[in-house]
Amino acid sequence: MSTSLPVLKVDGVRVEFNTRRGKALVLNGVSFEARAGETLCIVGESGCGKSMTALTVLGLVPQPPGRVSGGRVQFAGEDLLQAAPERVRAVRGNRISMIFQEPMTSLNPVFTVGEQIAESLRLHAGLNRAEAHAQAIAMLRQVGIPAPERRVDEYPHQLSGGMRQRVMIAMALACKPDILIADEPTTALDVTVQAQIFDLLRDLQAERGTAIVLITHDMGAVAEMADRVIVMYAGRVIEQGTTAEVLGSPQHPYTRGLIACLPELGSSQGDARAELAEIPGVVPSLWELGSGCAFRERCPQAHARCAAEVPPMFDAPLPGQSGHAAACWLLAEAARQEAFV
Amino acid sequence: MTNLVRFPNMPAPIEPAAPVLLSVTDLKVHFPRARSGFMAKPEVVRAVDGVSFEVRRGTTLAVVGESGSGKTTTALAVMRLAPITDGSVRLGTTNLSLLNADAMREARRRVQMIFQDPYSSLNPRQRVGEAVRAPLDLMKIGTPAERVARVDELFAAVGLRPEQQGLFPHQFSGGQRQRINIARALATNPELVVCDEPVSALDIAIRAQILNLLVRLQRKLGLTYLFISHDMAVVEHICDEIAVMYLGQIVERAPRRTFFERPLHPYSVALMSAVPTVQGGRARAAQRIRLVGDPPSPIDPPTGCRFAGRCPVAMPACQEPQTLREVQSGHWVACHRVQAVAGQPVAPLQLPAAA
Repeated sequence: MSTSLPVLKVDGVRVEFNTRRGKALVLNGVSFEARAGETLCIVGESGCGKSMTALTVLGLVPQPPGRVSGGRVQFAGEDLLQAAPERVRAVRGNRISMIFQEPMTSLNPVFTVGEQIAESLRLHAGLNRAEAHAQAIAMLRQVGIPAPERRVDEYPHQLSGGMRQRVMIAMALACKPDILIADEPTTALDVTVQAQIFDLLRDLQAERGTAIVLITHDMGAVAEMADRVIVMYAGRVIEQGTTAEVLGSPQHPYTRGLIACLPELGSSQGDARAELAEIPGVVPSLWELGSGCAFRERCPQAHARCAAEVPPMFDAPLPGQSGHAAACWLLAEAARQEAFV
Repeated sequence: MTNLVRFPNMPAPIEPAAPVLLSVTDLKVHFPRARSGFMAKPEVVRAVDGVSFEVRRGTTLAVVGESGSGKTTTALAVMRLAPITDGSVRLGTTNLSLLNADAMREARRRVQMIFQDPYSSLNPRQRVGEAVRAPLDLMKIGTPAERVARVDELFAAVGLRPEQQGLFPHQFSGGQRQRINIARALATNPELVVCDEPVSALDIAIRAQILNLLVRLQRKLGLTYLFISHDMAVVEHICDEIAVMYLGQIVERAPRRTFFERPLHPYSVALMSAVPTVQGGRARAAQRIRLVGDPPSPIDPPTGCRFAGRCPVAMPACQEPQTLREVQSGHWVACHRVQAVAGQPVAPLQLPAAA
């Protein structure tokens, strides 16, 4: 898996928003890669910049008030941030597509689902109306909607939540994209439907080698779907690595907290009922970050250096964990002590 | 409920210590729909269709199910916020379903509710201290000075600072707003608190804070919770007993440990296997029980087992109506395929080994 080439390379992206309270740095040097046939999960609490990262890749940051003030989004040898708007439109929905969180609000209520799937096919693949309609039926069949010939002419309100999300996936996959960005695609759905959607995404990925970028806050979903994980906090990537590394030996105190505070199935079979671990406090607002590590106020291991300087990414001090890194001064300490010995 | 059949050759249940506080018997909530045409038969949505359960004082009963299962409607009917078509809801010795509007208003001191969405359940133009005091004012509890003192006490109990009483809801985060909702629900010193998905709208890191707070308050104040949720992991953490609903009916009910050790109804098993876990990862996902299709419509539900159409182990006999029966002390299940082997009930569908 690690041999596959990155199809998308996001490098040091910065996005700022002008607000009445001043400039807010929503993304502060975000970098990651998405590789063909692999799933990358972006994890974090609301407001940490997960969705904004997706919008930046697609060139959908509302400008103004937003402004992409730095970095590169490399796709197929070109920087999408510098590309002409027509060029970005040709890529968006065609080579890179997105599934949004709310299947009800992101489908147009006054068009049939077939028309909405056919739209991108006619625009990008140049199909005529009849061909696009036939292709829309094929897509609905592929995402597992029963009686697609009938459903294709129905409106979004006639479908259940799970079916609407399948329609969203059919729309996103219609042009056989290289990269699929899914922003919390199952948050609004029941677990049994979520399981169906995850199966579908996995099958489609195995079939077509699509790179999937899955944005989620559910660590269980990460364990199930991801090959690699990046954890974001207050607009920065604070930990990255393979799923086994990040979930198995989390290095950043925030990642450790996120995993520890989850109730997991099986808790009733132990002896006593334990309290859940808590991460105290809330995510700081982007105007209150000041200097230093953004997590320091909530961190049980914060020390003087955390308030003074923003920690860069340090490699995890574990053998054989290349690529596993976290932005925490504790790792610098650990590395220095090792050097002493 | 009259159709509860005792499973044969079963030891008598052990008498537990705490008395029953809430007792719901054969509850039905049906919503009539507008006729689709002049000659059309009037249709009825059977949102809750014959639900019975009991909650003991000081314990938590969790009602789980997917959207459309009727779990929230059950909660609303217990609060008398949804019309009760048939059946009874008893709180202690009071039959809430028979009270008139004035008496019900009086009884609401004893039952309060925490809603799912901490944003829409607070008036944006009311200072939060006033919001917490409102139930006391409305029910004329205590003198004005006592009410102020009570609000101070409540703010401290849920972990908010007293000076925050003068702020408006938009000045709080989601977790803090849910704390305010909890304070408001506790203002009248209720015996029963109905929690409708109290943490599902919150960020993962904040959920643990609120769940721990609910557990601490229960211990300290002896509260009884009716906890509505779709999240099996949260439910396993917080409940004493669990009831699983499917299409308006309870399909399984059991104490926490018994249920999570060995769920019996095929739907419960499928629901458990669908939950992704950090430990299970991909191995678990690969072995998951896959359900096909959507639940049938609650307008014209099947006469037999309502899950039969999606059940991987359904048989022709599943077309007969199913009743809840007690297969083990306290463990009730509505599936005739659950058999007893050597005195132990055996599920027709097993959880995959990796789960």
